[in-house]
Parts: sequence; C-alpha cells; structure tokens
Amino acid sequence: MNPELLFFFETVIGGLMAGVMYSLVALGFVLIFKASGIFNFAQGVMCLFAALALYDFMAPGGWVDRWFGFTFPVWAAIALTIVVMIILAWLIERFVLQYLVKQEPIILFMATIGLAYVLEGIGDILFGSDVKPLDVGIPQGASDWLWDNFNLYIEKLEIFAAATAAVLVTVLAIFFQRTRIGRALRAVADDHQAALSVGISLRTIWVIVWSVSGIVALVAGIMWGSKSGVQFSLSLIALKALPVLILGGFTSVPGAIVGGLIIGVGEKLAEVYFGPYVGGAIENWFAYMLALVFLLFRPQGLFGERIIERV
Amino acid sequence: MFYREAGQFKDNYASDQALFPIAQDRWFVMIVMGIAFVIVPFYIDDYWTNAIMLPFLIYALAAIGLNLLTGYCGQVSLGTGGFMAVGAFSTFKLTTAFPELNFIIVVLLSGAITASVGVVFGIPSLRIKGFYLAVATLAAQFFLVWMFNKFGWFLNYNPTGQIHMPPREIFGVLITGPRAAPEVKYLFVLIFVSLCALAAKNIVRGRVGRSWMAIRDMDIAAELIGIRPLEAKLTAFAVSSFYVGMAGSLYFGIWLGAAEPIEAFGIEQSFLVLFMIIIGGLGSILGSFLGAAFITLMPILMKNFMVDGLGLAVVTAKHIEITMLGVLILFFLIVEPHGFARLWQIAKEKLRLWPFPH
Repeated sequence: MNPELLFFFETVIGGLMAGVMYSLVALGFVLIFKASGIFNFAQGVMCLFAALALYDFMAPGGWVDRWFGFTFPVWAAIALTIVVMIILAWLIERFVLQYLVKQEPIILFMATIGLAYVLEGIGDILFGSDVKPLDVGIPQGASDWLWDNFNLYIEKLEIFAAATAAVLVTVLAIFFQRTRIGRALRAVADDHQAALSVGISLRTIWVIVWSVSGIVALVAGIMWGSKSGVQFSLSLIALKALPVLILGGFTSVPGAIVGGLIIGVGEKLAEVYFGPYVGGAIENWFAYMLALVFLLFRPQGLFGERIIERV
Repeated sequence: MFYREAGQFKDNYASDQALFPIAQDRWFVMIVMGIAFVIVPFYIDDYWTNAIMLPFLIYALAAIGLNLLTGYCGQVSLGTGGFMAVGAFSTFKLTTAFPELNFIIVVLLSGAITASVGVVFGIPSLRIKGFYLAVATLAAQFFLVWMFNKFGWFLNYNPTGQIHMPPREIFGVLITGPRAAPEVKYLFVLIFVSLCALAAKNIVRGRVGRSWMAIRDMDIAAELIGIRPLEAKLTAFAVSSFYVGMAGSLYFGIWLGAAEPIEAFGIEQSFLVLFMIIIGGLGSILGSFLGAAFITLMPILMKNFMVDGLGLAVVTAKHIEITMLGVLILFFLIVEPHGFARLWQIAKEKLRLWPFPH
C-alpha cells in the first residue's frame, strides 16, 4: 500500500483507539448526569482513586502487604476495588448529595469539584504521589499480527481497551434496558418527581448510579493506568473527556462513544497534519475547539436530548 | 434595634438612590475603608503585603469580574485563568514596548484588551447554554495559555519561558518590581480595587446590570420584554473580562513580578475564582470580597497551623490542605449554598431586632 495512505490509516486507527479511551471516561460522566443532573467533575479523580486502590491491593509494599503480609491476585483485587468504589458511592450520597438535593446545578458542580479535591488529597495521603506501574495482565506492545500483515502499528493495549469498551457498553445497555434497576434508573433520569411518586427511592438510585460510574471509572483507571502508570495526571483525563461529553451530549451513552471517536480521530489528524504549522502541542485545546464548532450547529451535542425551553 | 432604617427619611432623589441607603451601612463601609486606607499602610510589611493583602485584593477583583458574568448574567465561565493571562501578557508587552507609559494606563489598557478577547470567546454563549457553555469556555482557557506559551513574541523571546515585570514608577514613586515599597503596592491595588468595586456596584443596579439579571433569570422571558440577548451577554463578557484582565495585570505586574504561563494561569486559577464567588455568594459584590478572603487566607492559616503548629512535613501538609479545602467547600455548600453574602444578609435581619427577642 501507498505509504502515505498507510500512514493516514494508522493515524485514523490510532485516533479511534485513543478516542475509545476518552469515551471510557466520558461514560462515567454521562451515567451520573443522566440519573441526577449532576455534572460530576470528580469522575477523573475517581479513575485515579480506583486505580490507586487497585494497585494497593495487589502490589507489594501497599497497605495490604504491610499490614497482612500478602497481596491479592488480580481478580480479587479488582473485586475488592469494586467494593471500595461502592462504599465510596454510598459515602458520597450519605455525606454530600443527600444535603444538596434540589440545589442549582452549578452548586452541585462545585460540590463535585470539592469532592475531587478531597479524593485527590486522600489518595495522596494514603497511597503517596509517586508514579506506580499498574500491571493487570493486559498485553503490552504493538500487535505483531497487524504489523506483519498490514504494516500497521497498533498497540495491543488499545485494542484490548476498545474490546473492553464494547463489552462495557453492551452490559450497560442490557442493564439499563432489561433489568428492574435499569428501568428505575431511566425513570429517575426522565423525571425525578414522577419516579418518586411511583415508589422509586431516589437515594438508592443515586448510590447505584454512583457505584456504576465508580466501576466505569475503575475500568478507565485500569486502561489508563496500564498505559501510562498510575499517577496524579490520571485525574486530568477528566479534562480530556469534557470535549467528548459536550460533543456527544451530556445525556447520551452512544454520544459518549461516538463523541470519543470523533475527538480521538480529529485530535490525531490535527496533530499530524496541522500541528507542525503552529508549533505543535495543540492536543490541549484542539478537542475543545472541535467540540465548540460542532456545538455552534447543535447546541445540545450530537446525541443530546433536544433542549426545549418555555417561558 | 441599633441596625434599622426607622427614622431615616429620604427627602430627595439623591438619598433615595444612595448606594447604601441605611446610615449604619454607610458608616460601616466608611470605617472599613478608613482602616484600609489610613491605618493599614502604617503597619503593613513585606509579608503581609505579598502573602495576604495583595492576593486577597487581586483575587477579589477577579472574583467581582467573574461574579458579574456568572452571578449576574448567569453565564458560567471556566476561562478566568486564561483571561487573567491575557491581562498579564498585555501588561508585559505594553510596559516593555512603551516604557514611558503610565502604569495606570497600562492596567486599564490590559483590561480593555482582555475585554475584546472576552467578547470573542463570549460569542458562543449566544447559542450554547449551561454546562455546555462552561465546558466551551475551557477552550478559551487552554487555547490562550497554549498560545502564550508557544509563541516567543509574547514572551519577548525569553528562553526561560517566563515574563518579568520591569520596575516602573508612577508620579515618581516606584510601584512594581521587588524594590517597590510594600505599602505603595498595597495602596495602589487598594485604590484600583475600591474604585472597580464601586463601579461594579453601580453597573449592576443600572440598566445594563438589570438586563443581565433578566437574562440570568430566564433568557427567553427577557427577550420577550425587549432585552437583546446579544447585547446583554456580550456586554457581560466584556465587562467581566475587563475586570478579570485588570486583575491579571495587577496579579503579574504588582504581586508576582514574574510569571510562567502554565503555572500561573492554569485551570486551577479558574476553579479558584469560581470557588470564591460560589462560597462568597453568587450575584453579590460583597460576596466576592468575602469569598476571596476565605479562599486566599484559609490555606495560609492551615499551612501555618499544620507546619508550624503541628510540625508536619510540608508535603504532607500540602495534601491535608487540599483535602481540607475540599471538605470545607463541601461543608459550606451544604450549610449555606448561597454563600457568605447570604449569611451576612441573615445576620443583618437578626441585627434589626437585637438585643430584643421580638
């Protein structure tokens, strides 16, 4: 194949894969926003926190190792981290959200930034702020098969992440569409008061939603942690997920995925073909500009619910 | 009993439209200003100026700016750090290009440049609302900081990537640079901030301010009663950016003296100023001051307490400080979501009766 075309394909596929990683983070935002209208800025820090907890359960030198003298295997560590995230969700509901029901969205948004500070501080105090290599057995390095047959350089980790994302979205879709809790979640997302009046407990639902997005945060944390190590900058992926979010729409799960793919590809292409002309390092703002341009045409995002305003 | 309007008759239009209609409020403000202008400069030293008073006043100015936009016009902005950077870099370029220019004019011009940038980034607000807009303003934040960092022209091709404020005098008194006297810096900033606060107080009760509030409360209804959203929103962005730009100018020129774009004007700055107006009170000029005081002073108090009082290591103290900041923010949001300004209002209501129960 023509090397330039090949390079283009490689860029696009690399962008798609990177986009999946953004989508994973954006998913957590969407879940919480749908069910409670809270723009949860702490999602990025939750990824970091989950990854830190996971690392601590299985790595030598962590709290578990120091106190009990053994470490958990990967699967047990993941299960334990899920429990931690569920407890965290319960704590957040019990001590913060419960008191902020019916407040303005901006107050709730600020509260989640406060929450992000708390989680970040606690994470630092408990686990230290050095970079930790996370290894849960995800294959590393480039895929040999694609390299040999198509001359494409794709990271195995990213293929794995894409597959995980697909599974995750399917599971979430089934969970939302087919289960009793899922139906309750959708009812709450639709109308808080109507849901309350048919006997759905808002508080339970919120705990469930925050737990689910905690688990999504764990998945994202594992992927990003395996890619670049568990460190403070992991919490900044929230900033990467925001343009994905406004592009796809705050309320749409497919939007988070498609938005992530568009942002990923757009970013990579811009970096390769446009970046050199302006001095590079444009990945910090390009995604935002891209999303902004989309928003000018569709103010509610690509898949967001139509905003209907009445006086 | 001591704080009430009973017996204070307004017999002309001027007293009816006074900024502080109640005499006790007027006295209170005058006493505070008197202390700030006359007494504090005699006692202030280098530490107090640089660690406490300058950050407080400068952040208060930025908070007023953001409050005009977010609290009064209802447009959430996360680009404050970027706009402060515009102010700071305008100051740097103006003072180095025109060394003779009076620093007061430099600050005002920096504000004006920031205002024009703010209007450009405010244009999307005509179509995008709520959190979509908030995230969209992050585009301004990241783009502006990237731009200042990337193009050498803004840095005067300084290889360290920093900007330094050259020493400048106004009316023969040195006011910038490390050799300037602390009380001079303090007074200069204080005069600026007081005048701006006064102006803001008047803007928000005038026609422009009322049109902002109408837009904030319900933009469609505002449009129906004849307020142009384009005009109202863009003036809000312009005035707000003007204030934030001046704050950025003073932040760099007087307080820091040297700055590095990513460090000094990162997204943390935007959040910090947003915290100030939320904790202080949205839609309140007084709240901007209270919020700025809280957010700038609390870390210093906590650090002093933990490092000097308890003897903790600086790094641990830093982590605990972040956690405590988060906890306090959550605490105040839960206890009083409308901020200190609301607490002050409640206190005033109580004062009407005090010391009697009914």
